[in-house]
Amino acid sequence: MKVRVDLTRRPEIADPQGTTINRALKDLGFEDVASVRVDKVFHLDVAGDDPELIRQQVTKMCQQLLANPVLENFEIEIEK
Amino acid sequence: MKTAVVVFPGSNCEHDVVAAIENLGGRADLVWHRGTDLSEFDGVILPGGFAHGDALRTGAIARFSPVMDAVAAMAAEGKAVLGICNGFQILCEAGLLPGALIANRDLAFICRFVDVEVTDTSSILTNQTEPGQVVTIPLNSYEGNWVDPSGTGRVVMRYVDNPNGSSGAAAAVANEAGNVVGIMPHPERATDRLLGSDGGNALLGGFLSSLLPV
Repeated sequence: MKVRVDLTRRPEIADPQGTTINRALKDLGFEDVASVRVDKVFHLDVAGDDPELIRQQVTKMCQQLLANPVLENFEIEIEK
Repeated sequence: MKTAVVVFPGSNCEHDVVAAIENLGGRADLVWHRGTDLSEFDGVILPGGFAHGDALRTGAIARFSPVMDAVAAMAAEGKAVLGICNGFQILCEAGLLPGALIANRDLAFICRFVDVEVTDTSSILTNQTEPGQVVTIPLNSYEGNWVDPSGTGRVVMRYVDNPNGSSGAAAAVANEAGNVVGIMPHPERATDRLLGSDGGNALLGGFLSSLLPV
């Protein structure tokens, strides 16, 4: 099954890359951009056909490795 | 008294650390990251570099290297555990130190000498220094910006000019007991005036003096 994992930087953690991109957009004349955040997306292909089981497995993967709980929240979407 | 210097795939400061320890009269052996037995050692140093290529996040893969269980056990026993640069990042990922390291505030790789001030002398790194003492040692990192939303980290050294935006200007952070310390700049690269500074010796000397007998 295809699984999408979105890692989102916690709002209280600074994002120097997003800040720099925002500045560059302003330099290009895109004055309306209020803020930019850069996040990560994982596309996993996991064997099995039980979406709940796969969700549990991917949750464990996020907790152990994919996400750093100090910095990031994660969201799992089973695509098919 | 013997120190283990762990070598991960991608470490690149391990020989400097061994040389710095030996220069101070200590003993140090390199240990490959697949080793699981550190029982012959009194302390351990995780050196700088790019362990596992920094894939995913700095230190994220290294924390699962087989040697890390033994490192955590030494930390729990109160033995001296020091992470330098990438080693600091690994200790945070492993949960042995609070917080995490993100990209420098100005997104620049910083490679220069920095002045670092001692703020707390009750740690394995700073026990031979005076409060307010300033040492000059090289910083060499991109992800050196320490963040600590928990507010539980104990800053034992801080940058005088905070070049990377670290929370509390932290250059070195200790756990509550003071036996686990991470430092972002490199004391092992400042061990002789010929190298530009010998300020690192006071810090590594503190590490050596805190090794507990087995």
